[in-house]
Amino acid sequence: MSEHSSQIAHQFDDAAQQYEASTLGMWAFLLTEIMFFGGLFAGFFVYILGHAPAFAEGSRHLDLTLGAVNTVVLLGSSLTMALAVRSAQQGHRNGQTIFLALTIVLGLVFLGIKGLEYAHKFEQHLVPGPQFGLEGPHAQSAQLFFSFYFAMTGVHALHMVVGVGLLSWLLVNAWRGKYTPTYYTPVEISGLYWHFVDVVWIFLFPTLYLVARHG
Amino acid sequence: MTHAILPLRLYVGIFAALILLTGLTVAVAFFDLGGGRLHIVNALAAITIAIAKALLVVLYFMHVRYSERLTWIFVGAGVFWLLILFVLILADYVGRGWVQIPTPWVS
Repeated sequence: MSEHSSQIAHQFDDAAQQYEASTLGMWAFLLTEIMFFGGLFAGFFVYILGHAPAFAEGSRHLDLTLGAVNTVVLLGSSLTMALAVRSAQQGHRNGQTIFLALTIVLGLVFLGIKGLEYAHKFEQHLVPGPQFGLEGPHAQSAQLFFSFYFAMTGVHALHMVVGVGLLSWLLVNAWRGKYTPTYYTPVEISGLYWHFVDVVWIFLFPTLYLVARHG
Repeated sequence: MTHAILPLRLYVGIFAALILLTGLTVAVAFFDLGGGRLHIVNALAAITIAIAKALLVVLYFMHVRYSERLTWIFVGAGVFWLLILFVLILADYVGRGWVQIPTPWVS
């Protein structure tokens, strides 16, 4: 890689250096994302300490089946994303487009199921506010749980929407054959983002859906 | 130095392990493992499984295992700062009632 191509910005010596700088930059961004979601999780843990029974009751009102299915869908999308990067490394244009398209489809399935869950919550009056319909001694504190539920899953879903946008842009470029085994950095770092959003869900799922399924 | 191409079997194996761990965390949640009012043991089991899943994704899907030392330092710094956030906040909220601090300035 002694020769500069149009895909290497002029401040880099070669493709490898550009690749390392780009992945490191992406990780720096992901660190800010870790702290962003970390704040939400820390808030959740503080409030569950003081409102354990209410949070348990709120958690039991979440649809475990849909949550588990969504977990599998998102893990599957991470697999197809990893395989899209692998195809890019190998220079398989068809593999790239197919796996990127699959990742987008799985991402949209996740968002669809999430939307379905949200719709159910509105129908069952489980949205915090004057219409909140949960009765019993924990009704007031349960609103806290659902506030966290909507804030955390909502922000996560927003990241998914951004991810689907990124992947659509990748798909167009992959279709045009822009990525080669020596230059696939955008595929790799968008993959990092996608996997990160998956990791957030890996923690969100037990935190929200599995607080107290027994008893 | 672009990254080595990992075998397809590895990716599929990681995915299978992630699905198994998801099943495990759901199954474990239905058993009361004890730990008092907050079901600490259940919580610890869920967190442990989640960390294992996250490690698989970060190390293999995100290629950190095959990345430069500097990437390791970045990821480690992120985890370390997250631990500062959790440990200091929870130390306050969990331990606040443990000692009765006289508050003569109140009334």
